[in-house]
Amino acid sequence: MDVLYFAWVRERIGLPKERIETEAATVSDLVAELSAREDRYAAAFEDLSALRVALDQELSDFDAPLAGVREVAFFPPMTGG
Amino acid sequence: MRIVVQEQPFDLGAEANAFAAGDDANGAIVTFTGVVRDLASGDLDVMEIEHYPGMTERALTKIAQEAQERWSLGDVLVIHRHGRLAPGDRIMMVATAARHRKDAFEAAEYLMDYLKSRAPFWKKEITSSGAEWVDAKDEDEDALTRW
Repeated sequence: MDVLYFAWVRERIGLPKERIETEAATVSDLVAELSAREDRYAAAFEDLSALRVALDQELSDFDAPLAGVREVAFFPPMTGG
Repeated sequence: MRIVVQEQPFDLGAEANAFAAGDDANGAIVTFTGVVRDLASGDLDVMEIEHYPGMTERALTKIAQEAQERWSLGDVLVIHRHGRLAPGDRIMMVATAARHRKDAFEAAEYLMDYLKSRAPFWKKEITSSGAEWVDAKDEDEDALTRW
């Protein structure tokens, strides 16, 4: 699946997008898998209450299953307008 | 309904005129324009707006559709810019058309409330002393509870 990062999450991890092969069942499992990879991921995912997640471009939550999902995006709370 | 996400400036007068010329059944047109506000210190050089191409258009369309379901509206327009903007630049506008003003005013407020915290835009303030992401405000999230 494609994993996208925006705003300070993108800056902290150091890239806007990557393709990941994963067996993670839920968003939380994917977060745990990424955080275990490298410190920069662990730093970005340190406080999940400061993050939002979208699955296939729809806002979702960290308990959501990943089956069939093609695009996951992590970002801070939005500041439009 | 028209949803526009673009980097280039928009012509507020031309957009408002074109929108207002739509349909004689609409007795009320409300427009709101968001402008890049300078910091209290007057130090803001650039406001950089990042967005999530694809999701942005979907989220704005969904918010506008919800407004059309809730209020009796003749038309809805949302224009939102991204990229690098300067203090005083127009960031975005919404316009609503309705038979009566109450629907037009309320729908415009609803659009703004949802657009602030449910459309994937992120603002970064750049000054001579550095760059800082703008934090989402609790009051913006709280504003959604009234709908």
